[in-house]
Amino acid sequence: MIEARGLSKRFQDKKRGEIRAVDNISFVCQPGRIYGLLGANGAGKTTTLRMLATILEPTDGTALVCGRDVVEQPEKVRAIVGFLSTATALYPRLTAQEMVEYFGRLNGLDEAALKKRVDDIFRRLEMNGFRDRRCDKLSTGMKQKTSIARTLVHDPPVMIFDEPTNGLDIMTARTITAFIRECRDHGKTVIFSTHIMSEVEKLCDTLGIIQSGKLLAEGTLAELRDKYSEHDLEEIFIKVVAPHYVSAEAN
Amino acid sequence: MSLRNVGIVYRKELTEALRDRRTLISTIIVPLLLFPILSVGFGAMAVALVGKAKEETPKVMILGGQDSPDVVGGLKKLDKIEIVPAAPAWKDQIINKEVRAAVEIPPGFQSDVARQKSDTVKIYNYKEELKSEFATDKIEKYLKDYRDSVVKERLAAKNLPEAVLQPFEVKQENVAPPEKVSGAAFGGIIGYMVILLCMTGGMYPAMDLTAGEKERGTMETILSSPISRMHLVLGKFFLVLTASLATAALSVLSMGVSFSVLHRFTENSGSQHGEAPAFLLHLGLKTVLSVFIMALPLAVFFSATLMTIALFAKTYKEAQSYLTPITFVVIIPAIAAMLPGVELTPKLALIPILNMSLLCKELAAGTYHWNFIAIIFVSTCLYAAVALFLAIKMFQRESVLFRS
Repeated sequence: MIEARGLSKRFQDKKRGEIRAVDNISFVCQPGRIYGLLGANGAGKTTTLRMLATILEPTDGTALVCGRDVVEQPEKVRAIVGFLSTATALYPRLTAQEMVEYFGRLNGLDEAALKKRVDDIFRRLEMNGFRDRRCDKLSTGMKQKTSIARTLVHDPPVMIFDEPTNGLDIMTARTITAFIRECRDHGKTVIFSTHIMSEVEKLCDTLGIIQSGKLLAEGTLAELRDKYSEHDLEEIFIKVVAPHYVSAEAN
Repeated sequence: MSLRNVGIVYRKELTEALRDRRTLISTIIVPLLLFPILSVGFGAMAVALVGKAKEETPKVMILGGQDSPDVVGGLKKLDKIEIVPAAPAWKDQIINKEVRAAVEIPPGFQSDVARQKSDTVKIYNYKEELKSEFATDKIEKYLKDYRDSVVKERLAAKNLPEAVLQPFEVKQENVAPPEKVSGAAFGGIIGYMVILLCMTGGMYPAMDLTAGEKERGTMETILSSPISRMHLVLGKFFLVLTASLATAALSVLSMGVSFSVLHRFTENSGSQHGEAPAFLLHLGLKTVLSVFIMALPLAVFFSATLMTIALFAKTYKEAQSYLTPITFVVIIPAIAAMLPGVELTPKLALIPILNMSLLCKELAAGTYHWNFIAIIFVSTCLYAAVALFLAIKMFQRESVLFRS
């Protein structure tokens, strides 16, 4: 389970002064469910997820990931989290197998357990055809599979996906969305960010709409449709975000 | 501290480094080829050029001398000199290298010599032009021999022994062993090269493991793993240190082999020309080990500093623009130590890089000032610790890791 409590992140910018990238966000993601963080570019999605993955430290507030505090126990949190985004690239000079093994070792797996785990993942994801190929020689789809294998190697109970399908072709994107569903079906806690409405409709059990670092609306898709009297998610999103989006531009 | 995690990162970085052409070139190829090319290549070329210049028969012009047939006749009989007729534009001909030298014999020179009147014979040449200098040497030797024979005749006429003009002799004799002499002559180069290559060897891996990682988008990937940032930076640091030390080790090895080959080459070519060998540098095992032990904290200092600076950059190219000027900062004190007369003092022993360069000069000459060695080792360790601490701190700063 993920429990964000008043999570905030401020940055100092020489020209713009203090920037509130994330402003006092609280939400809960349950195991076996997918929580979707929907927002425009620059809304604060990536910063929020980076704080949950302990890549960034919150300025205020905190979050508990399976009971472990992201501020107090960042390394313990990372050990139970799989983090995947289009920004998490692969080491070009390592082979697909070396890449996955490297992260397995960093996650504390011993050699016997690692071998078993890697063989299992490579078989499941149908990666044996390119396991000895260097990552810089892989196709986009192969790279995504290797990234998935990298996040899965230590079998984390919590998965964090930051715009995982951004810039991918439809076939590769489908591999990712299928993988996200599979994670939920295996009882993992899943949170993912996107600005693609169709992905949210297909995948999310719970949805949070974020803009200017604030969580403006939250609920299941049915609850949001009821609350805003709109069926189309895009219309709901515009209703929620538009007033804040204007003020953000004015700033 | 988990050494296991540091080891995992180190092994992975080593695997990647050994597959990176740029790192291989800077760490292995350059130090292995630099010295053979510089010393053996250029040395052999210089010896060949000098030999060729010596083989040439230079053209020499005699200005005047019509009333001094003996001197002119003697000059004409000289081996490997071609006397050409005097021309009014002789200066231009020397400058244009058509004639290598001109010798001006004053009017009535021979009769003046007979009357014991002192005259001046002038040799005109092209200074620092090799072939012109050779022609000058031959003419000068002939004229000096002629002068000596005149002096001998005069002494004989007065029944005086030759020792009248040379009541005693002055001789220099070297008492220092050959390795100390060669160390004093070439020791500065050892320090300079070890320092420079320690830095350049670590430079590419330092950029690749920091700015390169940011540019390739793998920084976020690794930061999402459970490894602590201190273990991460230490694993990376040890790889940069390995590259730095490997470069220094290979450069010393290559230098030793090059000097030995060059020594043999000049010895052979020297014996052909009846001259002593020009180059001689013996690096004993003790010297090599001493240089390495002292280079260790310096390599730590360089590796940590390079990583700290390169981490600021967002791209490999940006890192290069930061680190290239650093090379000059390192070269200047390293060169300063090679200047004649610059020797270790307690104050200079505290200046990083310069102190190591000066110490290498002494170590190569087989001199061990233990008080200076202690000061330099401790102070460099201290600088290295500060640099490493800064590198670790820098890896914990979000503003540096996620600079946009």
